[in-house]
Amino acid sequence: MAMQTVKMVITGPYASGKTEFIRSISEIDVVSTDTKVSEGTYEATVKDQTTVAMDFGRITIDDDLVLYLFGTPGQRRFDFMWEILAEGMLGFVVMVDSTKPETFREAKSILETFRAYAPTPYVVAANKQDMEEAWPAEDLRIALRIDDNVKLLPCVAKDKEKVKVVLLELLYSILEEMDT
Amino acid sequence: MARPRQLKGTLQDLHTTQLLHLINLAKKTGTLRLYEGVPTGREITMGDGETKRPELQPGAERARVAFREGKLIHARLTSQSDHLATVLHKAGKLNDEQHRIILSKAAHASDKALALLLINANYVSQADIIQSVQRYTLEVVYDIATWTKEPFIFEEGEQPPPDKITVPIDLENVIIEMIRRDSRDKMLLEALPNLDFALRFPESPAEKFAKVKVQLSVEEWRVVSFINGKNTIRQIARACNMTEMGIRQIVYGLLSAGLVELVKPAAPEAPKRRPSQITANMPQRPVINKLIDRIRSL
Repeated sequence: MAMQTVKMVITGPYASGKTEFIRSISEIDVVSTDTKVSEGTYEATVKDQTTVAMDFGRITIDDDLVLYLFGTPGQRRFDFMWEILAEGMLGFVVMVDSTKPETFREAKSILETFRAYAPTPYVVAANKQDMEEAWPAEDLRIALRIDDNVKLLPCVAKDKEKVKVVLLELLYSILEEMDT
Repeated sequence: MARPRQLKGTLQDLHTTQLLHLINLAKKTGTLRLYEGVPTGREITMGDGETKRPELQPGAERARVAFREGKLIHARLTSQSDHLATVLHKAGKLNDEQHRIILSKAAHASDKALALLLINANYVSQADIIQSVQRYTLEVVYDIATWTKEPFIFEEGEQPPPDKITVPIDLENVIIEMIRRDSRDKMLLEALPNLDFALRFPESPAEKFAKVKVQLSVEEWRVVSFINGKNTIRQIARACNMTEMGIRQIVYGLLSAGLVELVKPAAPEAPKRRPSQITANMPQRPVINKLIDRIRSL
């Protein structure tokens, strides 16, 4: 019997924690197409690597089924990759850095873009909720104008248990979508 | 340990109207402080990973606005005195001489104590004081609404000193008035890029409109009269003989005040594509259940 593969896409603004999210749950070392952020720049203080094409993680479900997690590049100049990565996805997660209001507008724009690519279920993950300056998830919902019927989940991308909750909630949404 | 309930940011990222919208909807109690932006010498990268701008940190405090359960109750600019005598003088309730004498003799009296003295001495009525404080508070907030880059911190729970006179003001009308005064095209274009959305009223609109005693202009009422969940914003603009920016300004005000909601049009291909695409991409229910079981077990 042929191996079945399904995929989910993890998207969001630059430095919102997409790579970390996949790294926390993937059973393989994440295959990243990262490049080193130039030294001496502010970005270098935020993160030392940035994704330029995609991240790739894998969870083997059983002998016949594999889940792939694709992380999109955060920088807009690589947004030509987004539609390619969105092709055939089961659903997607929009990561938002809850501590960086300067990225909220971009997060909303990315969310709308992915919704336009494919009308698949999605959830929003309010990342970095362990940080003191994080905006509470429910305040983010209002600031980003996210409908009440969209799941907005507190998240810490480096915490596997929190990442599991986000993925499970997305899967529950997919099941609900099947029921309608 | 409970996290300090603070919201931090700058007005470059969230306009004052958006902040008030958040405070109103979440019925927050607390104080919003706005600061001079002091460049740190570093740059921050925006969410697109490419655009950069100078990082600002809070410097000297410029203004303070307090809220209780989603209502505006007090505001002051650091650069101005908010002594009750000055507030009443600005409102024309005290003349120059009365103002001067009160400041010289009761400069350190609390606002509440001074209010009692002035009412008992028949200088002013209680209504004069409430109207004057309300007017001053609104003037401060409308002034702040023109600021565009100041860092802010919203401290949940913080209230004005107990000697201050506070007057609760519904934020819906404040937001609408702020939008009326703020016709910056860029913000409106960004907030409402697509005029092909229809508008609808939230649940129990009559209650909402009555509860907040909405004071709409004639043009706003004309727009409201065309809202039926089907007419697009563009169609309403045509019917009301309004420019695109004109209708954007009105609709943005109504949206920000929570009096109307957008109805996004069904994309022509999306509803038809949905079942087939999902069927094509989406495995059967047992596969999703397998995924759930596996992730739970990780």
